[in-house]
Amino acid sequence: MIETNDLSKQFNNDLWAVNGVTLNVQPGKILALLGQNGAGKTTTVRMLTALLKPTRGWARVAGYDITKNPQEIRANVGVLTEQHGLYMRMTGEEYLEFFGRIYGLDPERRRARSDYLLQYFGIADAAQRRCGEYSKGMKQKLALARALMHDPSVLLLDEPTSAMDPESSRLVRDEIARLRSSQRTIIICTHNLGEAEALADSIAIIYRGKILLNGTLDELKRSVLGPVEYEAKFAHAFDAGDLSLPQGVTLAWRGSDSLRFRVERPQVVNPMLVHSLTARQAPLVSFQEVPQKLEQVYLKTMAEAQGLTYAA
Amino acid sequence: MQRNLSAIWMVAQREFTDQLRDWRIVVPMFLLVTLFPFIADDTTRQAVSFMNRFGGDLILDNLIPFVVLVIGFFPLSFTLVVALESFVGEKERGTIEPLLSSPIEDRHMYLGKLLVGIATPLVFSFVSIGIYLILVARRDVQFPSMYMLALILLLTFAHAVLMVSSAIVISVQATTIRAANLLASFVVVPVAFLLQGETILIFWGNEDVLWFAILGVTLLAALLVRLGLSHFRREYLLGREIDTINLKWLGRTFASRFKGQANSIKDWYRTELLQSLRQLRDPLMIVVGVGLVAGIVSYFWVVVNMPTYIDLSPERISQFRTFIAENLTNLDSLGERLPAPMLFFHNARTTIAFLLLGLVSFGTLGLTLFIGNIALVGGVLGAAQLVGYSPLLAFAVGILPHGIFELTAIFLATAATLKVGAQLVTPQPDKGLGEILLVSLADWFRVFIGIVLPLLAIAAVIEIYLTPELIKRAFPFL
Repeated sequence: MIETNDLSKQFNNDLWAVNGVTLNVQPGKILALLGQNGAGKTTTVRMLTALLKPTRGWARVAGYDITKNPQEIRANVGVLTEQHGLYMRMTGEEYLEFFGRIYGLDPERRRARSDYLLQYFGIADAAQRRCGEYSKGMKQKLALARALMHDPSVLLLDEPTSAMDPESSRLVRDEIARLRSSQRTIIICTHNLGEAEALADSIAIIYRGKILLNGTLDELKRSVLGPVEYEAKFAHAFDAGDLSLPQGVTLAWRGSDSLRFRVERPQVVNPMLVHSLTARQAPLVSFQEVPQKLEQVYLKTMAEAQGLTYAA
Repeated sequence: MQRNLSAIWMVAQREFTDQLRDWRIVVPMFLLVTLFPFIADDTTRQAVSFMNRFGGDLILDNLIPFVVLVIGFFPLSFTLVVALESFVGEKERGTIEPLLSSPIEDRHMYLGKLLVGIATPLVFSFVSIGIYLILVARRDVQFPSMYMLALILLLTFAHAVLMVSSAIVISVQATTIRAANLLASFVVVPVAFLLQGETILIFWGNEDVLWFAILGVTLLAALLVRLGLSHFRREYLLGREIDTINLKWLGRTFASRFKGQANSIKDWYRTELLQSLRQLRDPLMIVVGVGLVAGIVSYFWVVVNMPTYIDLSPERISQFRTFIAENLTNLDSLGERLPAPMLFFHNARTTIAFLLLGLVSFGTLGLTLFIGNIALVGGVLGAAQLVGYSPLLAFAVGILPHGIFELTAIFLATAATLKVGAQLVTPQPDKGLGEILLVSLADWFRVFIGIVLPLLAIAAVIEIYLTPELIKRAFPFL
């Protein structure tokens, strides 16, 4: 479990890199931390791994306080850092062996974990090769294997699928999903909004050290983009005229061969809306929910934070 | 213990492997270690031949120990680059963060890297020295004694610890390899001077004096290791990304500490300076103790040993007294030749020198300079005794009147310098090394400006205008 309250970090008595971050990630859940470069994601992760001491606030990770029990936290957290951090003159196997020793695994367990992870990520054939000879994707996989070597209960992953080909990305996402199902607590920092949407149970958007939004994807969509919209598509141009709309429906947008409605209670209202359209002889081809994407939520939030107008 | 050693070895082992797989380290080191002894051997042969023809026994006798010292130094200077990169290099390559995120303890990480940094150049140094000694053994030259060789090997070891420990301190503090390499001159240049000093000791011909060099270098090295361990913090390595001089912060931190909470000069003297003086109690006791010992030992050394070095027959003593009398005849015009402000400036400059030397040596060189000054006083009194003047009277009229102020000022300044050194090697988890240094300097300047300078000003006036009068009255025959 990860719990933070008013977590803040100031550098050189000047810049607040992180300012008042409050998060709660339960076991078996994934939080995606989104934000621009320099927004404070890495500083937040470094505080959660007890690498940086907070200037203000507190955090508990895997049951330990980050300021009082840094060693326990490091022993229970797996970190994938922004840079892969491999030693280029070590072989993949030696690298995992080295970190296995640092994490205090006995030789048998080290061997078993190393074999499993190298096999799982499809780099077992390259285990005897020097890391410097690996491709970008292989390096990323090995770094992820390192983060998982000691089978940690909490994972902090910075761009876990960056530089990976689609198959490898899928493999890593599957592994992350599997870890979630085994009750691991996971935070992912990513710029890949599709990945966040696919994996995360909750999403936090951080801007200049402050959390602007935090909640489930549905909550964020609702709060940022408003109620769900439904689009009625017609076979040809259709003049709806002064279409009488059921209560709880507003016309959001009018096109020549389509209409968009903002609907408060779709389960109740949508059948009535479809009925009234067909009653007006509308050549209805389809009636469906307009997909709301995390990208829209993110871009709109960022635009508003910067005082800009969001153009959908 | 077993667990600690195992963790240190884990870090060291990886670094050893890494170094030995890097041809850019292995090849030059191999060439340096194997070729240089042959070059040195040939140089020795030619030098011996030259001196056999034209004389120069002193150089001939000590040439081989000197070359051994130099051969041992070369690999140290080369492998310094590895130590300099130890932390900042990993930071730049991005490999430090996974290591820092692991449960390995700070001291294990630090000592592991220190071990590699010291062991690698030492192995190269000793191998190089070994090859040279084998080559020299074939020649018809005087082979140095085992005692001398042991001293030089110890000195080489102390050099390795000194250089590597300072390089690692730099590596932790620097944010880029480029900055670390630039800062390396602060290691190489002083050690090169040190080497020259040790060369003088070797050619001086007194082997035992080398012990002082070994002890001095070992003490400094130990303090540097302590400094490194005290200030090594994960946060420090990751918390700073760029080296920028923040003059505003520097000025603010210094001024805030110097001024403290005081609202007026009177308030400052009453609260802040008093607090600083209270904090000087322990170092002041050390300084007073060391000063007394230095003065007394020096006095007795001169009284006991000088007669064996110089002729102190009644005629000779009479010559000495005449010489002193001639030199003190113009005491009346001392103020014209040495105005009080000049003397004040000289003494203030010496006090600053205590600080500067103390800063680069954690207070030890400042203390050494202080010991030298006090020993000089003891020596002068011893000399007075030898030529028949009362040392007590000489002290009472020649030193005490201005010494009450001057010695107090120097004792305080030295104690403050010692405190600066102590603060540098004391762990302070909430402060970075730069901040600790600034705060320590502000403390030192509090004492310097608040009390040392006024005391030195009073002392200068007394020394120029009152002391000569007292000397003339006490020794009317002068």
